[in-house]
Amino acid sequence: MSEIVKRAAAGTLESSDVYVELEPSDAGIEIELDSVVAQQFGDDIRRVVGGVLAEQGVERAKLRVVDRGALDCVIRARVETAIVRAKGE
Amino acid sequence: MRRSMLFLPGNTPNIIVNGEILGADAVILDLEDAVAPTEKDSARILVRNAIGRMGFGKCEVIVRINSIDTPFWKKDLDEIIPVRPSLIMPPKTGCAEDVRAVDAYITELEAKLGMEKNSVRLIPLIETALGVENAFEIARASGRVAAIFLGGEDLTADLHCKRTKEGNEINYARCRMVCAARAAGVEVYDTPFTDVNDDEGIYVDAQYAKSLGFTGKSAISPRHVQAINEVFSPTQADVDYAYEVMEAIRIGKEQGKGAVALRGKMIDAPIVARAQQTIAMAEELGMGRSEAQ
Amino acid sequence: MSTKLVKTLREAIELSGLKSGMSVSFHHHLRNGDYTLNMVMEEIANLGIRELTLNASSIFDVHAPALEEHIKNGVVRKINTNYMSAGLGRRISEGLMDEPVDFRTHGGRPRDIALGNTPIDVAFIAAPTADPMGNCTGKFGPSACGSLGYAFPDAMYAKQVIVITDNLAPYPLLGWSIPEIYVNYVVEVPAIGNPKGIVSGTTKITRDPVGLVMAQSAVEVIRHSGLLKDGFSFQTGAGGASLAAAKFLMDVMVKEKIQGSFASGGITGYLVDMLNAGCFRSLMDVQCFDLKAVESIRTNPAHQEISAMHYASPAAASAVVDNLDVVILGATEVDTDFNVNVHTDSNGYIMGGSGGHSDTAAGAKLSMIIAPLFRARLPIVTDHVSCISTPGRDIDVLVTQRGIAVNPKNAELKQRLKDAGLNVVDIHELKEIAERITGKPAKLARGGRRVANVIYRDGTQIDEILSVK
Repeated sequence: MSEIVKRAAAGTLESSDVYVELEPSDAGIEIELDSVVAQQFGDDIRRVVGGVLAEQGVERAKLRVVDRGALDCVIRARVETAIVRAKGE
Repeated sequence: MRRSMLFLPGNTPNIIVNGEILGADAVILDLEDAVAPTEKDSARILVRNAIGRMGFGKCEVIVRINSIDTPFWKKDLDEIIPVRPSLIMPPKTGCAEDVRAVDAYITELEAKLGMEKNSVRLIPLIETALGVENAFEIARASGRVAAIFLGGEDLTADLHCKRTKEGNEINYARCRMVCAARAAGVEVYDTPFTDVNDDEGIYVDAQYAKSLGFTGKSAISPRHVQAINEVFSPTQADVDYAYEVMEAIRIGKEQGKGAVALRGKMIDAPIVARAQQTIAMAEELGMGRSEAQ
Repeated sequence: MSTKLVKTLREAIELSGLKSGMSVSFHHHLRNGDYTLNMVMEEIANLGIRELTLNASSIFDVHAPALEEHIKNGVVRKINTNYMSAGLGRRISEGLMDEPVDFRTHGGRPRDIALGNTPIDVAFIAAPTADPMGNCTGKFGPSACGSLGYAFPDAMYAKQVIVITDNLAPYPLLGWSIPEIYVNYVVEVPAIGNPKGIVSGTTKITRDPVGLVMAQSAVEVIRHSGLLKDGFSFQTGAGGASLAAAKFLMDVMVKEKIQGSFASGGITGYLVDMLNAGCFRSLMDVQCFDLKAVESIRTNPAHQEISAMHYASPAAASAVVDNLDVVILGATEVDTDFNVNVHTDSNGYIMGGSGGHSDTAAGAKLSMIIAPLFRARLPIVTDHVSCISTPGRDIDVLVTQRGIAVNPKNAELKQRLKDAGLNVVDIHELKEIAERITGKPAKLARGGRRVANVIYRDGTQIDEILSVK
């Protein structure tokens, strides 16, 4: 299991990118999603974000995801980066 | 076939996701100059995901890592090697030792990842006076070196001169690079033309590079890609001549001749090799022999 | 000497006899720099006149806040327009108006005005230069906008015409666009618009690499269409990729010494360059987009102003669009039947309109859409567009950065492009390519209210726009 020890962020608000903010939490996983394609891809985005958290063994974290139409591989990359940074390694 | 190579900033999703359609034979995903020091981590993770999960279609993928005098290059390789780009470009390569350092670390990674030994190839970027002088040694420093690449911008700074459109200041470096690469039996690629808005200049610059013997040329703007591709593609006359050479060789063999001449010129092994390269490229480009032949 | 000059706008409105329930009209040559529409509507509201039909050739963001208030307060009951930018469009989509907006085309509007389907009681014509009898032009003055093409039907068919100018010239003003014979009153105001918003200093071609790739492909399509020869006629929008296509086309035409007959529509500096380089004998200008176009229409006799009727009206005996060889157009969505949406954005909000889209598509021999296969994460090729702006039967080819789709009805073109080695792809396959990259988008939930009608250039309704939930 990976522990989120500090607040961290990755990504940008440019088109095709996504900004991911991650902070410690006592509860499970909490995802706040704001996306320009929420209607078309909201569920997919949540699934991808959740998938990366699970792969990285993150069980407790609060996320704010501001999406500007990023593809899955970009979302994955930004969530991964935020996790690496939040683990404080 | 690697006529054109296009640099793409490694941390810019909207450019990377369309990288494969910009017309270049290869894209160079840049983790070095195009990425701020504080974003090195996000760039290498983005590039790894883009290569591994999206891909670049028919476009060859090259990754420019950070130079070995930075704290970043090993982490770059840790992330990138597992997704197997075609080539790794180590920048600021000054001597054979620099290549061997990268080689040694990649060898470690290959073993750790269970990859075939020496499957990762290199295209060292030579952009210092020292690098130019050592170009031949760099080119044969490791079996991994597939090509060497001239970087004109940093080089002119190192030479204490101004980079100009005409490029007289890098003429020596260009010639030396081509000679070194050919002597070592590797390919050689030319520095980008930097005036994005000069649509004529890129032709002149690319034609000059081709005339010196460069295999291809890089670009920092997609606007230059088409010109580079055009210049480094064989012409119909080149293709026709290549077929004529092969035809002459075939007939010569049938007739048991030791030496074959075409249009009054002896055809020796290098001419045949060139003809074969030209035909291979023509086939890839869908060019045939012209009807009149 | 007689004069039609009236001291104030208020007085002119009173003299025109405007009453509640009537119809007022405006042209959009001052685009997002326009002061006139807001100025007039405020005066009308102050006079207590209500329940008006607003017939504006286009509505921009500069009009949005004031118009929203006039709608809420009952001053404006109905809108007829050809284009509405996102500012007001978004509010309309959310259900601001009781009556649906009627969207027409740049050719359909003058048609319906001329046929009396959308009668205008009072036309307000912002004029960059006018004389006291109402002869006016857009070519001169501090607010010069070049052509006044869209104002012609208003001038010719409105019951009352009020010219509003900030540059009064002595009678007679020579080189007028709209002559005094149509004009009832003239009002002088300090400024009819903000020059910065009226025309761009320069329109620049895109630096977006995808746009450049599409522009190159577009020019390849034109080259191999069989249409690019002496006498060639052409129109393109002012979008980045379209302008880049014009630039690349110019290179080809100059190199191959092809002299076309005309370029038409909204004119940019790039088309002026093409005229001056000998690519065309003339420009047929219904609207100027930048300072270079304004300068050219003022000084070059080969650069001709045309009225909206002459440009595109299907009620005219003939119109320029009927003689177009090639038009390059944009799209927010294209469906697998080649229907095009330029009215709503990907979330269903109004943010545009046909303008001359369906007029030129109907007229041109080759109607080409340039659009990226996906914007951010949204594929532009869908099974069904959320709004049909231009019917697929009028579209010949869709150019994207990952392939060119040809409408099956144009088998000859398809074969030509294939023979030329272009990357011709079935439109269904383009949709799949896009969805492989972006994922398959879920369908939008739509509201139940009709907020706009889309009226084709022949007067028939081709679609409706629903509210956004």
